[in-house]
Amino acid sequence: MAVLARSSSPSSLSKLLLRPHSFSSLRSFSSSAADDQRVLTIETSVPFTGHRIDPPSRAVDTTPAEILSFFRDMAVMRRMEIAADSLYKAKLIRGFCHLYDGQEAVAVGMEAAITKRDGIITSYRDHCTFLGRGGTLLEAFAELMGRRDGCAKGKGGSMHFYRKEASYYGGHGIVGAQIPLGCGVAFAQKYSKDGSVTFALYGDGAANQGQLFEALNMAALLDLPAILVCENNHYGMGTAEWRAAKSPAYYKRGDYVPGLKVDGMDVLAVKQACIFAKEYALANGPIILEMDTYRYHGHSMSDPGSTYRTRDEISGVRQERDPIERVRKLILSHELASASELKDIEKEVRKEVDDAVAQAKECPMPDPSELFSNVYVKGFGAETFGPDRKEVRSVLP
Amino acid sequence: MLGVVRRKLGFGLLSATRVLPAGSVLPKKYSTAAKEITVREALNTALDEEMSADPKVFLMGEEVGEYQGAYKISKGLLEKYGPDRVLDTPITEAGFTGIGVGAAYYGLRPVVEFMTFNFSMQAIDHIINSAAKSNYMSAGQISVPIVFRGPNGAAAGVGAQHSQCYAAWYAHVPGLKVLSPYSSEDARGLLKAAIRDPDPVVFLENELLYGESFPVSAEVLDSSFCLPIGKAKIEREGKHVTVTAFSKMVGYALQAAEILSKEGISAEVINLRSIRPLDRATINASVRKTNRLVTVEEGFPQHGVGAEICMSVMEESFEYLDAPVERIAGADVPMPYAANLERMAVPQVDDIVRAAKRACYRSVSMAAAA
Repeated sequence: MAVLARSSSPSSLSKLLLRPHSFSSLRSFSSSAADDQRVLTIETSVPFTGHRIDPPSRAVDTTPAEILSFFRDMAVMRRMEIAADSLYKAKLIRGFCHLYDGQEAVAVGMEAAITKRDGIITSYRDHCTFLGRGGTLLEAFAELMGRRDGCAKGKGGSMHFYRKEASYYGGHGIVGAQIPLGCGVAFAQKYSKDGSVTFALYGDGAANQGQLFEALNMAALLDLPAILVCENNHYGMGTAEWRAAKSPAYYKRGDYVPGLKVDGMDVLAVKQACIFAKEYALANGPIILEMDTYRYHGHSMSDPGSTYRTRDEISGVRQERDPIERVRKLILSHELASASELKDIEKEVRKEVDDAVAQAKECPMPDPSELFSNVYVKGFGAETFGPDRKEVRSVLP
Repeated sequence: MLGVVRRKLGFGLLSATRVLPAGSVLPKKYSTAAKEITVREALNTALDEEMSADPKVFLMGEEVGEYQGAYKISKGLLEKYGPDRVLDTPITEAGFTGIGVGAAYYGLRPVVEFMTFNFSMQAIDHIINSAAKSNYMSAGQISVPIVFRGPNGAAAGVGAQHSQCYAAWYAHVPGLKVLSPYSSEDARGLLKAAIRDPDPVVFLENELLYGESFPVSAEVLDSSFCLPIGKAKIEREGKHVTVTAFSKMVGYALQAAEILSKEGISAEVINLRSIRPLDRATINASVRKTNRLVTVEEGFPQHGVGAEICMSVMEESFEYLDAPVERIAGADVPMPYAANLERMAVPQVDDIVRAAKRACYRSVSMAAAA
């Protein structure tokens, strides 16, 4: 059940005009906007701020088709996270579950700017980024519930979603670790001369990690096509940014590395920034993007999210800055679709998500033999053991 | 069943003819333990009392202050002691652990909390090279009275990067002390001992034990209560097989002992409490009594705690063994997320029962059972 059944989004506008996007067969809005490729230029509500770099223009080129796809894609992500919340409370999802609702514009805007040969690596708040990379709802829910058809065969769990074929390097549990790893992918891309870049996503909590600065220093020395993207949702678990960072101007923290501050709740701004960053990184080396964003849920499902921030703040952001609502307003003001057509899309999305959940619930658990698979690529016949080594043992092929 | 030749233990602790195990099973007369407290409360009160008693003691870690602790272990402490003594750190283990060790160099007594010990790997250079080795390298000038504490081992469904047991890693290092409580009494007594100890102590808790309640006597609840470091506790006396365990596995071993007793096998369960120094005297004395040993741990098997215990018993009590030592440990794979695979990756009570029976030559062979 492909959600984002879209051919890879090229970064140049001309390709947008020539190749219409293909959509899943469930799409049925009547207006021609879905296939409308005429260029619309829309201004971001907030300008970009540059550090050691001239920021790109606020005027973003897009098309009605693209805007409608933004609406749909973000709606799918939103519904998926809400469904995950319910599944966690029903104890069908175990362990940790970190939800991304509120931050959808970053995942969607980024995909619009890049190809599946560009790399993305992120933290444990990885479900929506996975969908953006072409992952399916079924793979996501099955992984969350630890089933065989999950994107990591049920062995990774919420924090460890992967999609190597789409250059999605996961889902990482250790705060900050993904940054040097992302620079490493960029190193390999440059080494292999394949003309692509890697986006290493991290939060405001991770922004203080020493390994970020170590990796960034090397990336700058080696002119790696690495784009460090700080998804600043202003709280590292329960700690507000100003309590953790002497300088919460994360786009400036690269010091000698240029940076851009972006309204992360504006999908068009995100797209523009990523196009800009990709072009910059390929020519010059690393750049930092700070996405000013917000998460509605707490840090994880064990965190109510209201002991360190007020409910007024949360509802305030929902009212003023919700990324999906902004796109809805844009669609309505430009008359790209009617309010009821948008409601229909949301209904379809809801059904799609519900169907995927139902299907995932029916998925079997991994076969017990999977306990010992993928420890190595090549095990040379080494013996491996279960807890009682005389009862359960195996050979690593 | 008892070995005929009795050798001197050579630890200077017991004469060779004593049958009673060395160590801590001394018949104390406690008043009836009417009260139960959770491990969480035990740790919280221990921290509170030690901070109250010594102004040099301070707590640092992620979310220990305003959030009241990721697992609520430090609840109320910020309010009571203020931000100078309860520090919320950024998510930067290498940095804040180094800072903690440096404060200990000066003479303060930091308690550094790792939200889980998996994150201690970011800081392990400071734990080992800056803390463990300093007293030695400086010939006693720089001692490091620091405690590194936090949950260790598997929780429930937290995946490969959040489930590792670090007991074997830290217990490998001379200069470190490594403790792992099981009950509330352990938690209180060992944490107080750790904070009062002049050397770096790695204190391995367990997330799944935080909510469990245990009976505690008035003595345990007293603020002067302290347990000795380096001494194991015999949780359950037995005759036929010794089972060693620490942390959560002690509970499993006790359950296994109950099952075994119904089949006529009397298991002696030893709660190690201290991984380093390891209470070899207690373990060996027990094995000399029972002649059979099953070691239990949650962590990966190779080079694990059980391997060291087995070697110690072979070295000290070889002639007393009537069966090969059995080892129960975590599966030799990164922790899988799927519930069925996770269950297969972590020791279960059945595994301990089975191994104990094998040690007693009472198991049915797998071929016969097929």
